Amino acid sequence: MAVLLQHLLNGLVLGGTYALLGIGLTLIFGLMNVVNFAHGEFYTLGAYLTFAGASMLRVNFLLAVAAAILGGGLAGAACERVLLRPLAGESIDTTMLATIGLWIVLQNGELLAWGGVARSIAHPFPTPPVVLGPVSLAPLRLAVLGAALVLILGAHLLIHRTSLGVAMRATFQDGETAALMGIEIGRIRTLTFAVGSGLAAAAGALLGPIFLVYPAMGDLAALKAFAVVILGGLGSFAGATLGGLLLGVAEELGAGYVSSGYRDAVGFVIIILVLLFRPAGLFARVGRVG
Amino acid sequence: MARAPRRPLRAALVLCLLAVPLWLPSPYHLHVLIMAGIFAILALSLNLLLGYAGLLSLGHAAFFGIGAYASALLALRFAWPFSAGFATAVAVAGGIGYLTGRLAIRLRGAYFVLVTLSFAGVVSLVSVNWMDLTNGPLGLPGVPAAELLGFAFATKRSVYYLVLAVAAGAYVLCARLVRSRIGRALIALRENEPLAASVGVDGTRYLSLATALSAALAGAAGSLYAHYTRFVSPEVFLFSYTLTMVVMVVAGGKGTLVGPVVGAVVFTVLPEVLRELVAWQWQMLLYGTFLLLTVFLLPQGVVPTLAAWRERR
Amino acid sequence: MSLVVRDLAVSFGGVAALAGVTFRVEPGTITSLIGPNGAGKTTAFDAITGYVRPLRGEIGYGDAVLSGLRPCEIAARGIVRTFQRTSVFPRLTVFDNVLTGLHLRGTATLAGILGGSRRVRGEEARLARDADRILAFVGLAERRRRRAVELAGGEQRLLELAVALAARPRLLLLDEPGAGLTAAEKRAVAGLIRTIRDQGVTVLLVEHDMRLVMGVSHHVIVLNGGRVIAEGPPAAVQASPEVIRAYLGSARADA
Repeated sequence: MAVLLQHLLNGLVLGGTYALLGIGLTLIFGLMNVVNFAHGEFYTLGAYLTFAGASMLRVNFLLAVAAAILGGGLAGAACERVLLRPLAGESIDTTMLATIGLWIVLQNGELLAWGGVARSIAHPFPTPPVVLGPVSLAPLRLAVLGAALVLILGAHLLIHRTSLGVAMRATFQDGETAALMGIEIGRIRTLTFAVGSGLAAAAGALLGPIFLVYPAMGDLAALKAFAVVILGGLGSFAGATLGGLLLGVAEELGAGYVSSGYRDAVGFVIIILVLLFRPAGLFARVGRVG
Repeated sequence: MARAPRRPLRAALVLCLLAVPLWLPSPYHLHVLIMAGIFAILALSLNLLLGYAGLLSLGHAAFFGIGAYASALLALRFAWPFSAGFATAVAVAGGIGYLTGRLAIRLRGAYFVLVTLSFAGVVSLVSVNWMDLTNGPLGLPGVPAAELLGFAFATKRSVYYLVLAVAAGAYVLCARLVRSRIGRALIALRENEPLAASVGVDGTRYLSLATALSAALAGAAGSLYAHYTRFVSPEVFLFSYTLTMVVMVVAGGKGTLVGPVVGAVVFTVLPEVLRELVAWQWQMLLYGTFLLLTVFLLPQGVVPTLAAWRERR
Repeated sequence: MSLVVRDLAVSFGGVAALAGVTFRVEPGTITSLIGPNGAGKTTAFDAITGYVRPLRGEIGYGDAVLSGLRPCEIAARGIVRTFQRTSVFPRLTVFDNVLTGLHLRGTATLAGILGGSRRVRGEEARLARDADRILAFVGLAERRRRRAVELAGGEQRLLELAVALAARPRLLLLDEPGAGLTAAEKRAVAGLIRTIRDQGVTVLLVEHDMRLVMGVSHHVIVLNGGRVIAEGPPAAVQASPEVIRAYLGSARADA
């Protein structure tokens, strides 16, 4: 029983960050209808920026994470402005190819900048695990879980309680009316993409210290983000949150009870099964963002 | 649409291709051309889906790999002759392609892409983890050379002709298909599906057919690859292969026949040329940049843009 | 063969677009389906040709039951429809549009195509001749090499008709064939419709232009609010008080 709880807890840690990835992508894919294959690269960027801050420049860890999130958001804004805005009217195939191109360029840019050797990020948390009854958790992972939950809450508040969030939802529900009401569509698009990319960067910044940082780490992250979004239902904030947690737990249980080699397959299988049998997602009716 | 080269031009091209080993005898050059030929087959296969049926598949390397593994395993474990192994690899890849097609047919656009990506991911993981079948990351060394009627294609020169023959065959088959009733059906489904249905075009049937044929061709390329490099490992499922194929088709000109072939040759030869000049890390970066440039500047691809330019003059 | 529609009901998210209509289209006639906007005419077309699944009702053509079939299967049984908004293959040439429409008239198999058989080549030549014949019939022979998207609106409508005819319909459903056409173009279309019928094709059309409707139809069915409110020969329907009320009522609502 304790083993099961341990797996569940580990799964929640991962799941929290997957939820961040998923919320970010559901904003971009669900609201903006941009199939962003480069989403994983902002995750990678977040990890590398944290590495640069914490391990190279040796600044305060939290500061490094915050800077990484900001950096991811800014990079996202730049990409949207330069790359996606000009293609706004084109077919979805064109946008897909553009984001694929961006994916290749960003990843190989990372490869060139940092080299292919995996890096580890220095963090200030002590190593001995914190014991909570039958389960235990490394302080780092506890911090990651806490930070993820805070960020999820923050994103939720941003989308549902601020005027920016209202503007975002309005823009993507009915762009023409939103424009008529004075909302600057272009600015909202850029901001939405920035927030989505920032959340991806946050996931990378949080998971980076737990695992290693290497240029291709975003590939799996991107697919898992899609899995979460598909599972939770396109555009559904709560769905992405729940979906992310579910994916994390499913991966941990799969790795623990079935086989660790196939751990990453869980996300793939979810994508395939959900799209084939329940394309609207498991939670499609719950709390739509748009 | 590009005008087909006229008879004498076509004959000259064929003679040129046949004579290549005479004026480019170095093994290195032949290797590059062999890989160009294998990629040409792959690009043609992806083009059937992307350029004609209008489906973007990012899992195509999976069928390449399935063909390679099937062919290699049949030769290594069961000592099947190459012709049987090749045919089976094509059939297996095609069959799996048909199944994925039938299942994914209801999904279009981004969702189809995601399913193909996921499928490729699962296949890749299986090849790494199912040690008993595939020998995992260690791969399968010692795959015998292709042979037909007692003749072994052991030299680069002989493999060049084999690949040339298969690539030419693939080109002819694709040409016949796209200019036929079935080709028109695929294009119709891509251009206006409800209208296509109203005149009796069965979307499920033809799209499954397209995915099956496309996968079969990719499997053929895989089989050739396995018996040429004599070694198969999970690296055949590398995503960079799929991306390379996509760039070849899109930059060359999807929806034309010549475009992907030109793209394949260019993007096989170019990295080799660049290798002298820049480090390999820049290669993929340049690919990505090239893809972006194509999307923005030459959305039709090189060949159709050249053809339109020629027609306007 | 008659088209028989019995108690057909279609609802979209709780709103009844068709509340149970029953009618019959006799072979060799030109029947028009008319009614104010939102009466359910296009929905009826969509249901008959399999684009929309009805809530209940039966649709039969001769001995065959059409309910539950997919659009391509219904086309294979000789029932072809056009769409309310002009629907062509925009990037293909006019010729290729019609050639695509001839899909069902070809029998080439995959094996034959890949093998490059002579029979397939012969069939392609025959289909090309058929396409040219159809283009001449609708008057688009001159535009053969133009891309569909380059044609004027009226010409695109004709192309759409040509594509539908290529599928060799026994029952042709035309959705607002006169929409967006000039008076002269409408007269030409009316002539084409009559000729098509003379060649043995049954025609069912949805149309708003009353002159066109009254000019070609043998039989008129009036829908309103998802139900049949009147039917009969054109003159009788035109004079029916219910029909007048329905149109005036909608005119008042639109005002």
